[in-house]
Amino acid sequence: MEPLERYRPIIDDFDAFLEACERPLGNAARVNTIKASVERTVAVLEEEGLAYEQADWNPRVLRLETGSPGSTWTSFHGFTHGQEEVSAVPPVVLDPQPGERVWDSCAAPGGKATQLAALMGDEGTVVANDNNLGRISALRFNAERLGATSLAVTNADARNYSLNRFDFDEFDRALVDAPCTCEGTIRKNPDTLDNWSEGAIASVSGVQKGILRRAIQATREGGTVVYSTCTFAPEENEAVVQHAVEEEDCRVVDFDIDLEYAPGLTEWDGEEFDSSLERAARIYPHQNDTGGFFVAKLEVTA
Amino acid sequence: MADESTGDLERNDGQRFDRLPATPAEQTVEGRVSREEVVDYFRDRFSMPPETFDDYTFWEKGAGKIWIYGGEAPTPLEIEAIGMTCLRTRQEHWKPTTDFVQRFGGHATDCVIELDREEARAFATGEDREIERWEGDWGYLIGAHEIAGELEPLGIGLYVHGELRSMVPKGRQRDL
Repeated sequence: MEPLERYRPIIDDFDAFLEACERPLGNAARVNTIKASVERTVAVLEEEGLAYEQADWNPRVLRLETGSPGSTWTSFHGFTHGQEEVSAVPPVVLDPQPGERVWDSCAAPGGKATQLAALMGDEGTVVANDNNLGRISALRFNAERLGATSLAVTNADARNYSLNRFDFDEFDRALVDAPCTCEGTIRKNPDTLDNWSEGAIASVSGVQKGILRRAIQATREGGTVVYSTCTFAPEENEAVVQHAVEEEDCRVVDFDIDLEYAPGLTEWDGEEFDSSLERAARIYPHQNDTGGFFVAKLEVTA
Repeated sequence: MADESTGDLERNDGQRFDRLPATPAEQTVEGRVSREEVVDYFRDRFSMPPETFDDYTFWEKGAGKIWIYGGEAPTPLEIEAIGMTCLRTRQEHWKPTTDFVQRFGGHATDCVIELDREEARAFATGEDREIERWEGDWGYLIGAHEIAGELEPLGIGLYVHGELRSMVPKGRQRDL
């Protein structure tokens, strides 16, 4: 937990935060409405005698009381998909609509991409991209298991992504759930911080900036881009969004989500960020008993 | 028919997605089936209404591997995947995939075999079962079971000689 000490000045009730980071996380699952309604899924869980709790902020997110959530009928039928509760936040903030063209730039293993397809009623086009061919097979497996027919899978570097392969030349919305140092997943993977270094943060933040810039360029004027990570480092969060606001035509906008969270930072380590960064959300493990996440919503301007 | 006029047809390129021709008359690639034949197959074998597929396109990538897709894409297309694999052609008996059957099998009224909970569990594990009560066609059937008051497709099975062989792929099998 030593690397997290750097966040002591910015996190309220830091001791509660550290304690939460040391507690293991329970099993959560998202209802895949492509295959079954929440009502039907819940009826199957009850028939199976599986205890669950619906998340207050999103009835499609369930906390399951089972040691093997994969060995359930709801999982076999693709009614549920194991997904950490806060991982379900960015697609909800992106709010894609049926029929739209949506890009998920870093999509594997596909939890959020299939969630986007479900939010669109599986109508439209979700381009799920990942640069890692090995992880593409997991993405494809999940997409088929969950029955997402609106999803196209590409394998490319998101930083210089070309739309030439399609008939259209811009997206309505884009999700950049960027590769990151994953500090917020410590409750799931206790060895996450083993290879932590400031150098790793600096190197990954360059990639994050490149992907976010490309996502903004590839989205139409008036369209929406959501940037998210599962880490706390301001260098990977506010600083990346700040860079995008300076270099591309976009602005940070408000969003509503019924979870506890802290606002984005306007300064870190001597660097000042635009006041609009306060509109971003920092979700800490002790606030909702979840993993940690950062989410910012951007509107593409002229 | 294709077999008699292969002379001027192209060879299938297994590396890319090509949209299926609308009808057999529009075929340009050797051995490639048409959209009409695919939709007819689902109607003839499983009584799935053809309009079920009105909003979808069908594609071939890989020899005889047919994909169903609801999004936008030009043909040909060289990417990793679109939608889901739905059917294997280019073999004596066409074979639907388990994932397709789970997604669209609810539209079927024929060649659906209802399994009790114990049989369904065996099916999901990948086990074959003697089932004497089936009096319909042999061949590929949709295995289904009642769950929370509704019939839900489990996947594809091969029924021959009084036995239902689970065709649920290894990675999709579950111990329930």
